[in-house]
Parts: sequence; structure tokens; C-alpha cells
Amino acid sequence: MVETFAAEIKSFIVANFLFGEEGKGFADDQSFLESGIIDSTGLLELVSFVEQKYGISIGDREMVPENLDSLRNVSELVARKLQAVGSKA
Amino acid sequence: MITSLLEGGAQLDPDRIAVVCGSDRLTYGDLLRDTERAAASLQSLGVARGDRVALCLENSREAVVSIFAVAMAGAVFVPVGRTVKAPKLKQIFNDCSPSAVIADARMRPVVDEALSTVSSVKALISVGEAEHPIVKTVSFSHLVAGGAIQSQLRRDGIDLDLAALIYTSGSSGRPKGVMLSHANIEAATASINSYLKNTPDDVILDVLPLSFDYGLYQLFLAVSSGARLVLEKTFVYPSTVLELIARERVTAFPIVPTLAALLARLDLSHHDLSSLRYITNTGAPLPPAHIRFFRASLPHVSIFSMYGLTECKRVSYLSPDEIDSRPDSVGHPMDNVEVFVADELGGLAATGAGELVIRGSNVMQGYWAAPDETARVLRPGPLAGQHLLYTGDRFRIDAQGYMYFEGRLDDVIKSRGQRVSPKEVENVLYELHGVTAAAVSGIPDEVLGTAVKARIVVDPAIPLTEQAVMRHCAARLEEFMVPTVVEFVDGLPLTDSGKIVRGPANAGAMDDRAR
Repeated sequence: MVETFAAEIKSFIVANFLFGEEGKGFADDQSFLESGIIDSTGLLELVSFVEQKYGISIGDREMVPENLDSLRNVSELVARKLQAVGSKA
Repeated sequence: MITSLLEGGAQLDPDRIAVVCGSDRLTYGDLLRDTERAAASLQSLGVARGDRVALCLENSREAVVSIFAVAMAGAVFVPVGRTVKAPKLKQIFNDCSPSAVIADARMRPVVDEALSTVSSVKALISVGEAEHPIVKTVSFSHLVAGGAIQSQLRRDGIDLDLAALIYTSGSSGRPKGVMLSHANIEAATASINSYLKNTPDDVILDVLPLSFDYGLYQLFLAVSSGARLVLEKTFVYPSTVLELIARERVTAFPIVPTLAALLARLDLSHHDLSSLRYITNTGAPLPPAHIRFFRASLPHVSIFSMYGLTECKRVSYLSPDEIDSRPDSVGHPMDNVEVFVADELGGLAATGAGELVIRGSNVMQGYWAAPDETARVLRPGPLAGQHLLYTGDRFRIDAQGYMYFEGRLDDVIKSRGQRVSPKEVENVLYELHGVTAAAVSGIPDEVLGTAVKARIVVDPAIPLTEQAVMRHCAARLEEFMVPTVVEFVDGLPLTDSGKIVRGPANAGAMDDRAR
């Protein structure tokens, strides 16, 4: 599942922050911050995309680099959140 | 000299922490020692008095040392924002002919490309090890550790010498270098500290880039008070920054409206912000909803609403006890600054409406190598020997002297606290094959205040997408200049003389709505 999320989130980032420039690829564990892929307003766009796409909610205190600063971190956050929802149901 | 601000702090207590950046903690003594060594090394590399040294660095220990070292060597530092692209960096390099460039690994690709077009650069100082194929490369660590010794340092500057060139956008579309002397920076720093009342117990959090004058001055405000500067590279993760405030017991937090909008989405009660003494805001007025948010969630914190422009750093501030009663005013002039409004006939008055005109020791020396543009904004005053700065901002000053910003006289857009020249963006749009006409204006944006919008007419034979246009702009313009909206139109309205009508630069509607 994590791979599917990663692919979906990556295409959102490529379309919206790299303006479709596939060639400017980035590694799954590359820091968005260090590489300058996403700025502060970009992060908000990413968070609302992920929230809407997967029907999850990301709280203020979850908005930390450990959860959001690379494709891997975001995908794993989504997987964890969905798993938590699933186990409750 | 601005280096005496640092020396004052070091004399007070060399073991006090001056700068915190990530895991780096630099005492006043360390900072002064590194500065002296780096200054001596710069001189030994051929940097002479009055030479320009470009700083292509993100917020870091190296950036702080570089700023003071260049100044101590008698040279002029030219801070460059980390999102600058090669075409603009080339323009800046060609304009000011730097004799050295200090760059970190992140900015090296852009710097290396720009270096290919300038011959003035004698040395590239690299934070990191990578060599440049042509330009002599010296590592930053060599500059402070293995280079020249302090006793070789020559210090023959005076405070009328230029300390900094800060590039800003103008209506011409070409970046202009604002020339600031040591005396200008010291005067502005003293006036600002007289109302912020920083002391050695203050801890100032700087999330704004040191390449942006508002971010840069936090360094001078801190060291001149013997205070501590906590440097952060970005504001992407607000919760992380709020934790930093709690951990470092931050007392002072300078922001721009975009950061206020991001903070206002959070529940601040999750964080221990009891150490905060004040928040400052400039760039554009805070919307009243955000003022109410801060007043309600941080009742112990003073909010300073301020106004200024790079050409003189700061002009005015509103006393924090008036923020509730006059949220839309930027208050009165700070110490040692005089303001007027110029009417259409050029008469100057203390009250009324018109272009804001400034007089003070903080006013710049002019624009680098641009005598005509300088003459347009720096003009003689009514009394012999006076020099006045014409700001290009429309203001109203009421009978009690309260100042109100009403908009720009030209069509420069203010977005994220920075100036965006529509012409500079349009020039880039015209470089895109297929664009036959372009008009750039501002539109209201909840987070950015004003966002950049481009309307373009495209040759029907050449298919262009919104994404392609944005990608083209993002490769050539700094982040804050890239249009967030691109609209394809069949034609653009023209004036009688055939010039394209751009549309409003700064969304007045946004201000009205926000109030």
C-alpha cells in the first residue's frame, strides 16, 4: 500500500510543485526542505491534498518533518493513519 | 562600523551565546574570533576595501560570520536569497562585479552557472568541499581556521563606507542594489532598538532569511544588545518552530503576514510560549482577524506593527498598546526619522495624503550604478543640504500624526513581504516561445496577502499549458515572484498610447475584506 500512496503523492508533487517536470525527479527519502521542493505554503497544499485524497486528518502537532519532510515519510504517515482507522472499524 | 556592534557584544561577555543555529551554538567570543580570521583571509585572497562579496548562503553560522567578516575586511556584503535563479544572479553579478563569492552546497549549482559569465570573481569560498572548474575555490573552514592570522588584518574603513548592497525589485524590472553605509545600518539599528528595548536577556528567533533586510537586521539588533539570535532555515514546519521557541526560551519573534496566516491555523495553547515578550510584523499590515488571534492566544505578548522599505530599513511603528484601537495604522516615525507627505504639486506637509517622503540617517546612499533611478527617489529637501527619500508608497497621516499605508504609486506588487516587479515577471513570460502579450498583477490570497497573477496572450499555433508557463517562471524567478495563477486570454486592454493595462498591483479588495 505504501508504494501506491507514494506514487500518488509523488504525481501530485510533480504536477504542483515541479510544474510537471518529471525529469526533476527526487528520491523517496530526499528532504523536501533541504532540496527546496516545498515551501511553507506548499506544505499546506500537500497536507490538504493528502487529507482529501485519503479521508484522513492531520493535526497541527503532526505537521513535523518526521511525518512530512520526504515522500517516504508522508506515505508512511498516510499508511499509519489508514491502518488506525481500519483497526477501529 | 557594524563590526563594532559585534565587538560591543563580545566585550560585554565573550562567553555568552550569540548565535544558535541547529546544533551550532556560537559564543560572542567565538563569533568575533571567526570573524577576524575570516576577514584577514578575505584580504589575503585579494578582497580590497570597497569590493563586493556576494553571500549565497542560507541561514547558518557561516552566513553570520561572513556578514561581519566582509564588513570587517572593509568590503561590501551582497546577500542573495536562496531561491534566486541563475539568470537573476547573473544580472546581480554583472551589476556589482563581486570580487569574491561565498556559497553553500545548496546554492552552488546556481552560483556555478552564474560564475561562468563574470570575470571579476577572484575566489569562490565554498561551504563544503566542491571545487569550481575555473574559479579558485577555498573552503570556508580554511577561511576561519587555516587562512591568514588576525594580526594581518588591516582595518582602515570609516562608517561612511558602504557595508551592504541589498538587491530589490523596482518598477523597471531590473534588480536594483540598495547601497547601505555602516552609518545607515547603525542608525537604523539604534532607532529600532530604542522602541523594541532589547537587552542581553532577549532571545530573538529569526526564521526570515538573512538575505532579506528584515531577517538581516535581527542579527544587528541582537548583537548590538548583547542578545542571542536563534537562526532557523525556514518556516515550513510551524509546530517545529513553536517547539524551538519553548526550548530556547525565545522572547522576540519577527514575522510577516504570511507567517501570521500560517500561525493562525494552529492551536497555540499546545506550546509553551510564555517566554515570548514581543512579535513584530512588517511587509504588509496584519489582517484584524490575525491581530485578534494573537491578542487572544498570546495576551502577554506585545505586537509591534511596523512599516519600512529596504531603502531606509524602517520608518515607523505602532505602539503595541494601540494595536486594538488602531489596527490599520503603522503608527508614528521611529526615533531620528522625519516623515512628510508630498502632494501632487510637490509640496511637503506633515499631515494629509500623498507620497510618503522620509528623512533620516537610515536613508540609503542610492542605488548601485544607477544614477538616474537614484535621482528619482533621492531628492533635495526644502532646506539647504537636506536629502529626502521618496518611497513610492501612498500614505495618509492624520492630525495626530498616525500613519496609514494606502498603496503603491507604481504597480510594484507586495507579496510575502517582498517587492515583485510586474515588469520583471513579464520579461520572463515574454522569453517563453508563443507568448505574445503578458500582464502581471496582484490578486488577494489568504496566506500570501497578495499573490502574483499572470494574464497572457498566446500564439494559437503554439500549445502552452498553465503548468508549462509556471515551470518556465519557476526556473527563472525567485519563489515569491512565480505567478500562482496563469490565465490565458484572447487579448489585453491597452491604454490610448498602446501600453498594456496591467490591472491592480495590490489587491485593495483584500485589505478591505481583511478589515
